[in-house]
Amino acid sequence: MPLATELRERFNIHPDPGAAVIALAGNPNTGKSTIFNALTGLKQHTGNWPGKTVLQTQGTFHFGGKKYILVDLPGTYSLLANSAEEIVTRDFLCFARPDATVVVTDATCLERNLNLALQVMEITSKVIVCVNFIDEARRKNIFIDVDCLARELGVPVVVTAARNGLGLTELKAGIDALARGQIVTSPRRLIYDPDIEEAVARLEEKIPGEIKEWINARWLALRIIDHDRSTLDNIRQYFKVPEWGVLRERYKYCPT
Amino acid sequence: MFYVSGINTAPPEAGPGVVNEAHQLEIRDRIVKTIYREAEAIAARVVRQTGPHRDWEHKVDDILTSRLLGFPIMFLLLGLAFWITLVGANYPSQLLAKALFWGEERLSEVFVRLDAPPWLHGLVVTGVYRTAAWVVSVMLPPMAIFFSIFALLEDLGYLPRVAFNIDPLFKMAGTQGKQALTMSMGFGCNAAGVMACRIIESPRERLIAILTNNFVPCNGRFPTLIALTSIFVGPAAAPGFSSLAASFTVVGLILAGILITLLTSWLLSRTILKGVPTTFTLELPPLRLPQVGRVLVRSVLDRTLFVLARAVTVAAPAGAVVWLLANISFEGQSLLARGAGLLEPFGRALGLDGFILLAFILGLPANEIVLPILLMGYLSAGTMVEVDSLNVLQNILVHGHGWTWLTALCTMLFSLLHFPCGTTLFTIQRETKSIRWAVWAAVIPLAVAGLVCFAVAQTVRSLGLV
Repeated sequence: MPLATELRERFNIHPDPGAAVIALAGNPNTGKSTIFNALTGLKQHTGNWPGKTVLQTQGTFHFGGKKYILVDLPGTYSLLANSAEEIVTRDFLCFARPDATVVVTDATCLERNLNLALQVMEITSKVIVCVNFIDEARRKNIFIDVDCLARELGVPVVVTAARNGLGLTELKAGIDALARGQIVTSPRRLIYDPDIEEAVARLEEKIPGEIKEWINARWLALRIIDHDRSTLDNIRQYFKVPEWGVLRERYKYCPT
Repeated sequence: MFYVSGINTAPPEAGPGVVNEAHQLEIRDRIVKTIYREAEAIAARVVRQTGPHRDWEHKVDDILTSRLLGFPIMFLLLGLAFWITLVGANYPSQLLAKALFWGEERLSEVFVRLDAPPWLHGLVVTGVYRTAAWVVSVMLPPMAIFFSIFALLEDLGYLPRVAFNIDPLFKMAGTQGKQALTMSMGFGCNAAGVMACRIIESPRERLIAILTNNFVPCNGRFPTLIALTSIFVGPAAAPGFSSLAASFTVVGLILAGILITLLTSWLLSRTILKGVPTTFTLELPPLRLPQVGRVLVRSVLDRTLFVLARAVTVAAPAGAVVWLLANISFEGQSLLARGAGLLEPFGRALGLDGFILLAFILGLPANEIVLPILLMGYLSAGTMVEVDSLNVLQNILVHGHGWTWLTALCTMLFSLLHFPCGTTLFTIQRETKSIRWAVWAAVIPLAVAGLVCFAVAQTVRSLGLV
């Protein structure tokens, strides 16, 4: 089993014992870059995601005496289709295991954005949802019940108007509390159709313990049922899995 | 939205042993439905909408993307952008030129005081410094203005609407509308346009977009186009309308470039890059009032200075090389003049002359030095000349070297269509990880430029119009 820092280094995150790694996810056009720039200022550098022609931007900021490495993930609508952006986002959440993940959403079209938030929450529980463009939503007579949203999702919710710099301190404080473990989340669990749930329950047991340590077993079971070949291939690439044969035989997923 | 694309892009190479595909899609379908249902349920509890919603925005969108008005609005905006650039860049350009050439005199004085040999002074001051100064003074003001206008349109959310408008045309050409976005990036800099092609997922369509990106003029070529239209079109227009006429001539050239982009894409997708166009989902983001201050700062810092720095680093050594070519004589003729002599028949056939063709070849490192090299060749002064006013330029071209409107037209067409600059070719090599494609990216445009110029020149001549 590779070390945590080793896996992170594969995503160009240089080991820094004192620093926490924060991922920034969100749909395109949600002001993700504005938030990234506002948090990191000029302390950023760009490169490519490993093996992909997708731009990677990293930056750092300090809060409460702690150093944070902020990684801007590509804008995506989902983690299910297999565009390069979606694969990068999913793999980073899955294998680099950020200490906290911010899902940036657009207050003026929250429903569409929640699809991604729910999918991210299936992979990692350390999620904070940032509802951006709140000023614009108000202008359009859209009101968001933030407390209710936080209750429904089971994760902290911060409201921002990043273009005007509103809510950024609260966002940093939320990230900080989440990364330090001061906030414990209980992300809403999506309940699928009964036959899928039954298969998931059976499969979860079969997933080798060493993989469970790293990857949310329920999410992985769903991917196996979903025959998500790219996820499974990448797991094989990152971990050596002795017991993989069990899964292959039972669920007819046949990695070559 | 991703409901559809999720299914389309489900694991493509389902190997042996994967259970039947319909079943697999059905499961994916149900998983996605559950996620959507939950998101909808949460939103219903959390979001409250009072009063009408985005009404004016829909109306504006309907106009911007309407069949009737979509294209005219696009061309008007483009024309307006050039007009502002042309009018606005004039004065700062002159000011910069004055300042930089004042600097050249001071530099010369230093050389004299140090008793430096004349060849060193020639190489450094009249070769390197003067070329770099030309590039800065000619490029910086239009670039800063045009990039800023472009960045504002981008921040406003107008560009995705352009892609939406143009998408049907690209579909007919066998590719897709995202190419419209990468094409627009090419207006700034073709290397940036090639980099932007990363947003196109299908490798086939990405290659087509990369190979045809140079057909829109980049910043290095705008000064050439603008100077030539100002000389040959402006005076022909009614007084007071010369800069307007010149702007819309540039727009006309750009339309020609877009047409060639579509034709070449069509040809490529039917020959070496066959395939069916993929669909793509393009979100039309809400139109937002741009944050003028921040956008301007970022566009100047990120784009303008970046492109300028690169242009200068390329132009400076090129200036030294050209100075050497113009000053080293062989049998009483400079190497520059000899090269031009060799190229003369080819140039003539294309409606150009040997010097123009040679300038384009020597201008490979950076398009912005093509015009300076040409003047250096014409004047055989051995150094680049600073042409303060367009009248002087007109004199040199028309009276000194027999330019007609056909020469100007062919030069502009060749500039528009010929091979991309060295930086762009290098970027193409890096992006496609293949020298072969980089070579294609030079050969295809060269062939297109040659064919178009040849056809235009021969037609005009045989009709006796010149």
